[in-house]
Amino acid sequence: MADAGLLEIFLTATFYIGMFRFMVPITLSALGEIVAEKSGVVNIGLEGMIMLGGLASVFVGYFTANVWLALGAGIGVGAAVGALHAFIAIYLRGDQIVDGVGINLFAYGIGVIVLYLTWGTFANSPIIPLSARVPSIFGVSPFVPFTLVMCALVWYFLEKTTYGLRLRAVGENPEVAEAAGINVYRVRLAATIFGAVLSTLAGAFLGIDWLASYARDISAGRGFIALALVVFSKWNPLILIGGGLLFGFFYDFAISIRSGIVPDQLLGAIPYIATLVIVSGLVGRARPPKASGKPYKRE
Amino acid sequence: MTQQEAEAAKAVAKPSWIPWNSVAESGLAIIMGFLVGGGIIALAGFNPALFYRGLIEGAFGSPRALMDTISYMTPIMLTGLSFAIAARANLFNIGSEGQMYMGVLAAASIGAFVALPEGLHQMVILFVSFLLGGFIAALAGWLKIKRGVHEVVSTIMLNWIGFYLLTYLAIFVLFDPLRAYKTTTILPSATVPFVTSGTSLSYAVVIAIVVCIVCYFLLWRTTLGYNIRAVGLNPTSSEYGGIKVSRTMVTAMFISGGVAALAGALEIMGRFWYVDTEASYVRNLGFDGIAVALVGRNHPLGIIISSFFFAMLKTGGQAVQIYTSEAGRTGIPLEMSLAIQGVIIVFASIPSIIALVKKFTEGRKK
Repeated sequence: MADAGLLEIFLTATFYIGMFRFMVPITLSALGEIVAEKSGVVNIGLEGMIMLGGLASVFVGYFTANVWLALGAGIGVGAAVGALHAFIAIYLRGDQIVDGVGINLFAYGIGVIVLYLTWGTFANSPIIPLSARVPSIFGVSPFVPFTLVMCALVWYFLEKTTYGLRLRAVGENPEVAEAAGINVYRVRLAATIFGAVLSTLAGAFLGIDWLASYARDISAGRGFIALALVVFSKWNPLILIGGGLLFGFFYDFAISIRSGIVPDQLLGAIPYIATLVIVSGLVGRARPPKASGKPYKRE
Repeated sequence: MTQQEAEAAKAVAKPSWIPWNSVAESGLAIIMGFLVGGGIIALAGFNPALFYRGLIEGAFGSPRALMDTISYMTPIMLTGLSFAIAARANLFNIGSEGQMYMGVLAAASIGAFVALPEGLHQMVILFVSFLLGGFIAALAGWLKIKRGVHEVVSTIMLNWIGFYLLTYLAIFVLFDPLRAYKTTTILPSATVPFVTSGTSLSYAVVIAIVVCIVCYFLLWRTTLGYNIRAVGLNPTSSEYGGIKVSRTMVTAMFISGGVAALAGALEIMGRFWYVDTEASYVRNLGFDGIAVALVGRNHPLGIIISSFFFAMLKTGGQAVQIYTSEAGRTGIPLEMSLAIQGVIIVFASIPSIIALVKKFTEGRKK
């Protein structure tokens, strides 16, 4: 039964819908991180930002039953926490990685606290009202085309426009960029906030689209998978689409072949083993933006 | 030589006994963590004063509470030390969690299924733990050098892989035939004895402190330690200075992972004697270490002190949940401590925080 089931999986539409579902949050989050890193700011807090985006959108969606307000809450929390990270990383020249770890821990703690104090549970929030859910069009979430279009737009922006060139210059050599009259701090601020908003939107997708609720482990390592995706796609939004689909495939595959024959624990490890093998094996050495992760001090 | 390089050179040359600036920075981060935490508690409709009173009483209120607090120092001291050793080589090992699981695995398997005389039994477990944890950490270091994979990505993936490996083996191999929710209890010869009966405090804490002191000497009194710190401060000049940078990085990761594994092994040997099949007894001990190391300024002796502080948050946090609950209303969840830890880490990430405060106060005087 096992091998017959294995082949049948690939013939069902649900498998491919599932693949895109898994692809959306990691790709959105990774896309935002590409923009931020291209400008020179690393954000390890993607995981926490996904949680915060999911939490804010589910919370607002639950109480207002309005999908637009819920989405707005997701975007708003992204802008706020992105601005905080940018402020610490750019203006205070703090350690970007340490700050990101703090954001992750804080988001996890706050998520559980809100779950417990609002709904009296440690695990899952109740399902949000239908009117707060992002409606599917022909069974496909609007987040799927949104993600694909955003990847293309960001690629065009980075590679074909003057503003994109400036952003890359800031991430490669901030001193030269500053000398050429570019405001390094402001470019990095904008890029960091943009990146954070895409991550919280990824969280909103999980919260008010896919799951229609908040769970304490809602991001389940997706923020870190997104970090791996950034390296995998060599900071290129077009390669990212392929990478996102590949990772989505592994995730969906691990879930789909659950049949009780292979233990869940071994299947659960598949996406992570695949990530590690792909990132270390197939890619070869990728070169990050030169000044990424390094604080810049104006002369 | 820029100012930064001058400071770096000074840091390699000699350790200062009480670095007041670091103490002030850590202190400030902790205070800010508590202030923000207090704000969140007030927002949630609780009395922050009640929360902090509960925290103190829960952690120090009775001799037993104090002993529990000290016993909680053991695992986070070691995972903190693990993070710090890698950080000294400028490697960001957030894989202490997965490396810690390797120690749990070694203790739960060798402790329960291999019969050895007491003394030898514990030593074999600790030795194998160190090797296993060191191995998966060194793997991440090796991937960084050979394949350019950032250690944050690889160690996070290894954390999940380690978690699933541990729970898989716990459910299908190490399980207790009579109680399926846990692994087989380890043999008495594999345990670390309790200091007094009725508490969770075992002599494991002594082992942890000794490991910290050994690592202090390793980092500041040996060639290997000098190499690790030099590579961390400036890999390029280290290379020119004749240090094998790649080998030093992998070695630092190996020691870092080994120390994290000791944390997991000692939790099983000195506290639980088995692990539940979901590994919930030990989960997050590795991540807790990051905060401990940052507040302890990545210094083995600073980490001993900061682990006491975070152990207080942990025991106190558990007590607070009961303490703040009223009739019909739930108390502040244990996770509040995690959120506060997060805020403390965010503030600890700002290197010049003391200088900023000085600048601000001087600016106001003028």
